[in-house]
Amino acid sequence: MTRKRPEPMQVVKQRRDAALNALVHGVPYIRFLGIEFDRRGDELTAVLNYSEDLIGNPFLPAIHGGVTAAFLEVTAIITLAWTNLFPLIESGEIDAEEMAEGKLPRLPRTIDFTVDYLRSGLPRDAYARARVSRSGRRYASVHVEAWQDHHAKHFAQATGHFLMPPPIVSNGD
Amino acid sequence: MANKTKLARQFIEAIPHARALGMELTEIGEGRAVIRMPYDEKLIGDPDTGVIHGGAVSALMDTCCGAAVMSHRSAPGGTATIDLRIDYMRAATPGQAVVVTAVCHHITRNVAFVRATATDDDTDRPVATATGAFTVEKGF
Repeated sequence: MTRKRPEPMQVVKQRRDAALNALVHGVPYIRFLGIEFDRRGDELTAVLNYSEDLIGNPFLPAIHGGVTAAFLEVTAIITLAWTNLFPLIESGEIDAEEMAEGKLPRLPRTIDFTVDYLRSGLPRDAYARARVSRSGRRYASVHVEAWQDHHAKHFAQATGHFLMPPPIVSNGD
Repeated sequence: MANKTKLARQFIEAIPHARALGMELTEIGEGRAVIRMPYDEKLIGDPDTGVIHGGAVSALMDTCCGAAVMSHRSAPGGTATIDLRIDYMRAATPGQAVVVTAVCHHITRNVAFVRATATDDDTDRPVATATGAFTVEKGF
């Protein structure tokens, strides 16, 4: 009974965080909205950092419905991409350092996206998590939920379908 | 009616996020609204091609649908989105503005139904379409 000695924790963390940061920070619109991703193992939580520019109704005030839609869509796309890339990053088929240098894999493309607005978005940070319901060779279906103060009280949810990028060809080694 | 249009216009132009995205209200009235969003590098969703993010199109669709509702003769005040479905037909051409036309085609005391189409310079081929249901509020 022999098994490979586990990698040091810092090596694992650095590789995963470098890959995730490259994926997220490579998209100007994600930076514009102020969305960041919190990672625990392979699980992601998207964080929408509140700013006044996100307001849609200044009288209430409430977060713009379009911001909510965009936040959910970004969460769905990044989570879907991450779910597919994670095993390749771990196996070394995708080099996290090359990703950090700008060699980014193609992201899934939205086919359709349906948002349910359950309650108004308050002027403060919001969080979202996506669940990949099905991920096939060409199409994927993703469900995503967003909340603010109470995780059980979602203020919006969405379901979307996505066209997957062509598979990354392994270089055979 | 002219007063209602003016009110809806003022409301749309006061939205901080609409300003942040550079939206310009070009037409409004009788349950129909047209809003233009100029191309901007901060809206890019695919750095390789420069194509803007679907989320920015969603924000534009949502704003325009809300404007169409507020400009309807039977709408007493503001509105909020109940649900919005967007179909993405193709990527918007980088460098070109996206223009959304929204029509509130039916309204009841409580719910307004809206359809919208987004195009770039090639107006014959939509970039995206949307259908949504919106609340009908008494005030703003």
